[in-house]
Amino acid sequence: MSGLEQLYQQIIMDNSKAPHGFGLAEGDVTSHQRNPVCGDEVTLALRWSADGTHVEEVAWEGSGCSISQASASLFATLAAEDADAGTPWTADDLQVFIDEFREALRSRGQIPLDEERFGDAAALSGVSKFVARVKCAMLAWVAAEDLLTRKAAQG
Amino acid sequence: MTLSPAPYPEGVTEAAPFTADELEQIRAQFPILRRDLYGRPLVYLDSAATAQKPNRVIEAEAAFYREANAAVHRGAHTLAGEATELYEDARATVARFLAVDDDEVIFTSNATEGLNLIAYAIGNASLGQGGAAAAPYALSAGDEIVVTELEHHANLIPWQELAARTGATLRYIPVDDHGAIDVDAATGVIGARTRILAVSHVSNVTGAHSPLEQLVPLARAVGALVVLDACQSAPHLALHPRELDVDVAVFSGHKLYGPTGIGVLYGRRELLNALPPFLFGGSMITTVTMERAEYLPAPQRFEPGTPRIAQAIGLAEAIRFVTELGIDRIAASEHAIGEQLLRGLAEVPGIRVFGASIDAPRVALASVVVEGVHAHDAGQVLDNLGIAARVGHHCAQPLHRRLGATASLRISAGVHTTTDEIDQAIAAIAGVREFFGVTEATNR
Repeated sequence: MSGLEQLYQQIIMDNSKAPHGFGLAEGDVTSHQRNPVCGDEVTLALRWSADGTHVEEVAWEGSGCSISQASASLFATLAAEDADAGTPWTADDLQVFIDEFREALRSRGQIPLDEERFGDAAALSGVSKFVARVKCAMLAWVAAEDLLTRKAAQG
Repeated sequence: MTLSPAPYPEGVTEAAPFTADELEQIRAQFPILRRDLYGRPLVYLDSAATAQKPNRVIEAEAAFYREANAAVHRGAHTLAGEATELYEDARATVARFLAVDDDEVIFTSNATEGLNLIAYAIGNASLGQGGAAAAPYALSAGDEIVVTELEHHANLIPWQELAARTGATLRYIPVDDHGAIDVDAATGVIGARTRILAVSHVSNVTGAHSPLEQLVPLARAVGALVVLDACQSAPHLALHPRELDVDVAVFSGHKLYGPTGIGVLYGRRELLNALPPFLFGGSMITTVTMERAEYLPAPQRFEPGTPRIAQAIGLAEAIRFVTELGIDRIAASEHAIGEQLLRGLAEVPGIRVFGASIDAPRVALASVVVEGVHAHDAGQVLDNLGIAARVGHHCAQPLHRRLGATASLRISAGVHTTTDEIDQAIAAIAGVREFFGVTEATNR
C-alpha cells in the first residue's frame, strides 16, 4: 500500500462522504475547533447520560478536508459503539482515548492505534506519517478534550 | 472560451525565453532540485511561497560567515570595514535593481516587516512624533486608508491596526467574481479623504497584475501615498518603483531566490527622512542624551541594531543571479510557462481556476479549486507524486471568502520550472477527482 493509500483508506473516504454523528441539536454544549491554515472546522458536542457520568453520544458538524471530517465521524462511531456495547465512556475513559490517539498520531508512524480499542478509527493511524495532516485528524478529539476541561472546571 | 495568445506582461517586449540548454544550466544551479520524493524527482511549484536557492546564494551567505564576518557600521578593524563595505554594496545592488538611490533602500527582515515599518512610522507621525516634517503624513479621524479585497494579510492587517490606532477609516476596492480588482469601483473608493493607497503589484492568489496604471493616478489626484506590495512581482518582472510612481514598495528576499530573514523597503527619500522611526536602538542615531535622541537620515534611521548582514549579502547575490539571467528573459520564459499552465488547467474538467480571463496579464501562477475535493486532500495527491504545491488560503482569507472557497491549491513557477513539470502538475490535478471517487460537483 502506498503512503497515499495508507492515508486515504477506504474507511476514511467512506466516513468523509457519509459522516456519522453529523448534526447538532439546540441545547448541545459545543466546542468549535478550527485549523487556521486550511479553514477546516469541527463543532462537536458530547451528549452525557442524565446523571452526567457517561457519554451516550457524540454529535458534530463541520467542513473541511476528508481527514478532519472522517476523524470526527469515526470518533462519533467509536463513542456510539462503546455505548451500544454497554461500556459507555466516563470522562476519564474519554481522556485516555484522547491521550492514546494523540500519542499515536504524533508518533510519525511508530505507534499504531489499537484496533481492539479504536475499531474503525484505527484507520487513522496512517495519518501519523503525514505531519502536516495530524492537526486535521486531531480537530474533533481536541474539541472533545476542550469540553472535558470545561466540564471538569464546572465540577 | 476562445484562447488567443496572451499579451506579454507590462515591460516585457521581445525577450527570448530560455533555451532548453539554458534551462538545464539554470536548474543545475539549484541543488535542491536533485532531491527525490517518493521515488520521483522533486517538482517544486511553490515558488510564490518561497523560492529555492541557487548554489551561489547559499555560498555567498556562507562565505561571509567564513571569511568576513563582523558587525557593520561600528568598530574600525579591518573585518568591520570589509563587512560594512559588503553590506553597503548589497544595498547598492538592490538600489540598481530597483533603479533608485542607495539611501532609499531599507533592509527589513521580510516584506511583512516593511509594511509594518511604514504603517508604524505613519502611526508615530500621527502621535505627533517627527515634528513639522512628519505632520503632513499624520492620520486622524476622517482620513481614509484604501486597500483592495485581494490583499495578502500582510498588506491588510497593518492598515487595519493603523486605522484603529489613529481613528482613520479603512476602505477597500472590491474584486469581481473572478478575483480581479474592480477598477470602476475604485473611483468610488479612492477620494478626497484617501491618504494612503496600499495595493499589491501582483496577486499571490490569482497571479494577476494589478491595474496600477489606473489605480495610482486616482491616488495621485488626491495626494495620497501609494504603498506597493511587490512580493509576487519582484521575482518575475522588472520592478521600478519610480516608473510605477509609488512612494513605497516592499518585497521579500526569500521569494527572489535569496535567503530568509531579509526583505527590502524602498521609500522615496523625502518621505523616509520626514517620517519618524519605527524601531529604536543603536546605529540609527546622531546624538543621545539621557532624555532624548536625534536620528540619522534614511537608511540608518530605519535600521536600528545589528542588521541582517549575511542575509543582505545573500540577497545581493540572488539579485545578481536574476539580473544576469535577465529579468526580461525570466518574464518571457515564465510567460510561456504561465500560458501553458492556464491553458492546460482550462481543459481539466471539474476544477475552477481563480482569476479573470486567460488573456489578462499574469505571472506563472494559478490557484484552483477541485470541485468536491478539499484543497488539502488535492495537495496530498500532488505531494505523493513529488509535486510541491501550496494548499490553503495563502494568507488571503477575504479573497477566498469572496470567491466562495475556504482554501485552494496553488501552482507557482520559478526560473527553473520546465514545461514537463507543468504537464505533470496538470495531469496530477486532473487525477485528483478520480482518486477521491468524485464524479459530479458535490462540493460540501
